[in-house]
Amino acid sequence: MAVNKILPRDDFQRLISFLRTDGYQVIGPTLRQGAVVYEEIQSTSDLPEGWIDLQDGGSYRLERSETSAFFGYVVGPQSWKQFLCPPQRKLLTAEQTGKSFNVIVYDEKPIKRAFVGVRPCEIAAMAVQDKVLMEGPFVDPSYRLARQNAIIIAVNCARAGGTCFCVSMGTGPKASSGFDIALTELIDQHGHRFLVEAGSEIGIGMVTKLALGDASESDIEAGEKAIANASANMGRTLDTSGIKELLYTNFDHGRWNDAASRCLSCANCTMVCPTCFCATVDEATDLSGKCAERWRKWDSCFTVGFSYIHGGSIRTSGMSRYRQWMTHKLAYWQDQFGTSGCVGCGRCITWCPVGIDITEEARAIRHTR
Amino acid sequence: MVARKAETLAVKGQVDPMSTAPFRITRVIKETQDTFSMELAPEASGERFSFSPGQFNMLYVFGVGEVPISISSDPTGQMPLVHTTRAVGAVTQAMWKLKAGDALGIRGPYGRGWPVEQALHNDVVIVAGGIGLAPLRPVIYSILADRDRFGRVVLLYGTRTPEDMLFRKELEKWRSRFDLEIHMTVDRATGSWRGNVGVVTTLIGRSPFDHQNCVAMVCGPEIMMRFTVLELQKRGVNDDRIFISMERNMKCGIGLCGHCQLGSSFACKDGPVYSFAEIKALFTKREM
Amino acid sequence: MENLERILAEHPFFAGLAPQHLKLLVGCASNMVFKEGQFVFHEGQEANYFYIIRHGKVAVETFIPQKGPIVIQTRSEGEVLGWSWLVHPYRWHFDARAMEVTRAIVLDGKCLRGKCEEDHDLGYEMMKRFTQIIAARLEATRIQLLDVYGSSKG
Repeated sequence: MAVNKILPRDDFQRLISFLRTDGYQVIGPTLRQGAVVYEEIQSTSDLPEGWIDLQDGGSYRLERSETSAFFGYVVGPQSWKQFLCPPQRKLLTAEQTGKSFNVIVYDEKPIKRAFVGVRPCEIAAMAVQDKVLMEGPFVDPSYRLARQNAIIIAVNCARAGGTCFCVSMGTGPKASSGFDIALTELIDQHGHRFLVEAGSEIGIGMVTKLALGDASESDIEAGEKAIANASANMGRTLDTSGIKELLYTNFDHGRWNDAASRCLSCANCTMVCPTCFCATVDEATDLSGKCAERWRKWDSCFTVGFSYIHGGSIRTSGMSRYRQWMTHKLAYWQDQFGTSGCVGCGRCITWCPVGIDITEEARAIRHTR
Repeated sequence: MVARKAETLAVKGQVDPMSTAPFRITRVIKETQDTFSMELAPEASGERFSFSPGQFNMLYVFGVGEVPISISSDPTGQMPLVHTTRAVGAVTQAMWKLKAGDALGIRGPYGRGWPVEQALHNDVVIVAGGIGLAPLRPVIYSILADRDRFGRVVLLYGTRTPEDMLFRKELEKWRSRFDLEIHMTVDRATGSWRGNVGVVTTLIGRSPFDHQNCVAMVCGPEIMMRFTVLELQKRGVNDDRIFISMERNMKCGIGLCGHCQLGSSFACKDGPVYSFAEIKALFTKREM
Repeated sequence: MENLERILAEHPFFAGLAPQHLKLLVGCASNMVFKEGQFVFHEGQEANYFYIIRHGKVAVETFIPQKGPIVIQTRSEGEVLGWSWLVHPYRWHFDARAMEVTRAIVLDGKCLRGKCEEDHDLGYEMMKRFTQIIAARLEATRIQLLDVYGSSKG
């Protein structure tokens, strides 16, 4: 698999067209309302060429870049979970029949999708969600269907964002697996091009069909240099050594109240998090009351109602909800799924309206009493 | 290029775990002022509903929603599927209005139940509070179906008043057996109650069981379970022999929705029954 | 007497008591039977005894005018009834009434108070043991106050 090919910038359209011809809906980054979002793209002109994002706690801004990179930005507010585990999904329809009812399970048609521009941390996030949603005793069939029909065109990071910490979490900035094709964008005196690595049979098939030329030693070197540059410029770091034990022994740490005093319980962090999977089920009846639909919808552990059992909620204080979220991400997840629930993408920091920073909170718990 | 196999969800044999099956209510039994039992039969086939004691089902009321309710029937005999519940929320109140002949959706059984196997050849101490007797009733049926293979069996049951006791007739019947020791107590004596008065924890100290060779199963409000565990520990029962049933907000029942997260587990899948040893680090922490 | 000594020696409440102390206790003890409905003691009376219930059941109750007797707690087989004999001003705060035929060992608290004053080792042993009883009653009362089943399982 270690065969490296080169895809010239002007041939990128070929890749998109090739996927589209093969029946794939091509989803990639594009500009929308001042942010890079993931949507269906038709051509390279849809890509956020020449834009980079500047991110910090509670701050996200796009800026013109000095280069014309397609993938100069890092990550936007969205993640691929919106396609794999959509915010709303119909589960079933129930139709009243006399005193009983018929259940019609929503039969989802598969959609072949090619995700273009998947970041290494996002691949790691998919692996995390895989464990939760399709590797346990029960499988979310809709997730599995979407996952099995998705092709992953990864793009390694040549630039680190202000809130990135994938190096700490061991998920980037280079993808090591979980992709069909991984690209590294190169712009230098040799031109604008992509180093291509196939990571699956499908990927090899694509590379073969695209008839790409071999990468030179200097191309490979340039790729390594670009990734090393991202690696060296992480906006954040998180010391994960013994983090599980650290959090398990600090349920009563004063810092939780401190974080809670800033937290608005807005749930932004959970909506933008690429691994958060919590969902609720809503019931909707038509006006006649004869037909009911059940919908699965994203939910957040930051709402009071999330832990509600008759008589009241288990986690009523903001403190307990923040503690729950962070302890789940960094500690419980390890025991529950054998992996961290955090991939270091930094979205929760960037999109927190008050800039609460998971890396900073973890640091405070480690270094204060 | 190799295209991945395209299948719809309704591939042969693949059932959506969130789908529900209509069951017919064959009988409604009013247990107390606000608690009722429903006997249920599947509409699709006459097959027996198989489950283990302590497991629960997701019960769906058409047009209203779903709730997790433990199963209170006999897992060993010919008794129909029974759910016993209190009308406290929107869904259970809607359920309260249903009558024999109406339908309910059922999916399950889910969760890890009581350690009946582990209790073999041991004394069994069952401590129930209020409606907490409902998920423990299948344990009693299981033991009675195989009575010789257990040691002494003690049921300690506490409620607020005598009127709040579930399964009164059955309890009286069981009380007359020589191979079951049943003690009931109420927080407040009313009417003609001539039995014990005091919280259920006060019954533990004087119950005849071998603390080294027993399995304790406790179900009731979380606070009642906390004090019960303390009393059992005082009697010398080891943490890994004490089992409690934890209630959390179960939305999906199958470990996919995250609502019932309890420490590093999902109560729906890894519980609702836990050994105290598993859960003690979290048990007295607030808002976990 | 030998029978009483054996019963007291085997009762968990007196476990570990020094032989000479046990002997003193036996000297203060006698057997008693209460008929169903019979009062064991009355609120306001001098509290000069405590009881080890051997068989039967006793209700600790109070009488509310216009409402009648309210049972607060019941004591049954193996349990100790009464601790006011040890606490100044040595008066019963509640009524105790046998709910069924009840056999008990009665210990003369007044006599024991004197012996405890003379022998503080005995006094300390009794205090330790009765503190357990008082703490257990207090805990039970607190739980009762919580009205835990108000939000029981649904």
